Amino acid sequence: MKLSYFPGCSLGSTAKEYDMSARAACQALGMELVELKDWVCCGATSAHSTNHLLSVALPSRNVALAQEAGMDLAIPCSACYSRVKKADYVLRNNDDLRKEIEGVVDFKYNGKVNVVSLLEALVSQVGVEAIANKVQKPLKGLKVVCFYGCLLVRPPEVTNFDNTENPMSMDKIVKALGAETIQWSYKTDCCGANLGLTSTKVVQGMVNRLIEAAKEVEAMAIVTACPLCQSNLEMRRKEKGTDLPAFFFTELIGLALGLPDTKKWFNLHLINPNPLLQSLSLAD
Amino acid sequence: MGFIDAEKRKFFNEVREKSGQPIELCYQCQKCASGCIATGYADFYPNEIIRLVQLGQKERVLNSSSIWICSSCETCGARCPNGINTAEVMDALKEMAIAAGMVKEKNINLFHNTFLNSVRSHGRVHETSMMVIYKIKSGDLFSDMDVGLEMFRKGKMPVLPHRIKARGKIKDIFSKTTH
Repeated sequence: MKLSYFPGCSLGSTAKEYDMSARAACQALGMELVELKDWVCCGATSAHSTNHLLSVALPSRNVALAQEAGMDLAIPCSACYSRVKKADYVLRNNDDLRKEIEGVVDFKYNGKVNVVSLLEALVSQVGVEAIANKVQKPLKGLKVVCFYGCLLVRPPEVTNFDNTENPMSMDKIVKALGAETIQWSYKTDCCGANLGLTSTKVVQGMVNRLIEAAKEVEAMAIVTACPLCQSNLEMRRKEKGTDLPAFFFTELIGLALGLPDTKKWFNLHLINPNPLLQSLSLAD
Repeated sequence: MGFIDAEKRKFFNEVREKSGQPIELCYQCQKCASGCIATGYADFYPNEIIRLVQLGQKERVLNSSSIWICSSCETCGARCPNGINTAEVMDALKEMAIAAGMVKEKNINLFHNTFLNSVRSHGRVHETSMMVIYKIKSGDLFSDMDVGLEMFRKGKMPVLPHRIKARGKIKDIFSKTTH
């Protein structure tokens, strides 16, 4: 199994542990990730909020690069995934816009490369059973809620993945690792996304609502697949400390598979997850 | 739709065309509003924005904070029984507000410009300098100093940007898409 890999800008900085754990987990599961050569920023919310044509053109550049590499494109960041997937959807379904974008980006779209989130790639290409078979240290006693956030399953006609209102892929992976996932009604809510810097109070309100809801169902941690969700969940909560850490799902895969670098990832968190893991004898 | 004057009709048509959404189909079921977690922080509910567009209320819509507070989580569109992707409408309205010089949430737009300038220069966003420039320009210098420093200490705020090789290509994309 070989896929092109588009880490996105955050995975080189604020979400380094997501990049490190994604690469390590995929390698251990026999999925080879080949980083897209000279990839560009997807434009994120800033492009789609201010300039529609730019917001399709920038990610189309990555579709063009993936096409050259000739492999399906896996994207760990939900926000990047959403932008590239939407660009691919436009290129596939809107002839007029496709012609315009082909001119702007200077390439010819052939539609042969699929854009998938890393979560989807792991569920559909490696499979939950294969992941379960590789578990060395089951995450026994760890009770978590899975937080999919906005963009992994929305809009459904674009993502075409899992159940829009009640996605279960991440829950299945986490269960396969030996942890317990608790159902809650907030799994596809928004964390406030990129409003963190500009409208901090709004994001604090949204994040604290999520933290309270997770505590209400007695979760010990939140699991995410998005760098923006993870950093908002850590940065914008009322009380800092070690309470209710926010993990990337790839970190939990690494932990259960007994990979050597887990400590390095966990030390990068703003909410220290080590005390929780130690209390369950899942870390030294 | 029956409009009082041509100006109102023009605004409705413009939003409809720019967003590509069938705005006229909205019958105010309010499913979008009931799923919207930004409503508590904004001046209009998403269904109200759609209604105001139907009525051609250009000034009220383009001057609203709702269009900027919308975080594009896409819940509204996924649940709309009439297939209106309201997040796309919000994006179209933001673009129109910028063109009309009616930006209510100036800092949010400043953030977008700072972000895109970073992408234009490097091909990727350099979060550290982007945040510093935003802080200086917005005048909001001291909030988040503590987390910023902690991230820096953990090596999560690289000092130097990562610059891609095909920067000419990116400049080209920007110049062909920015009018």
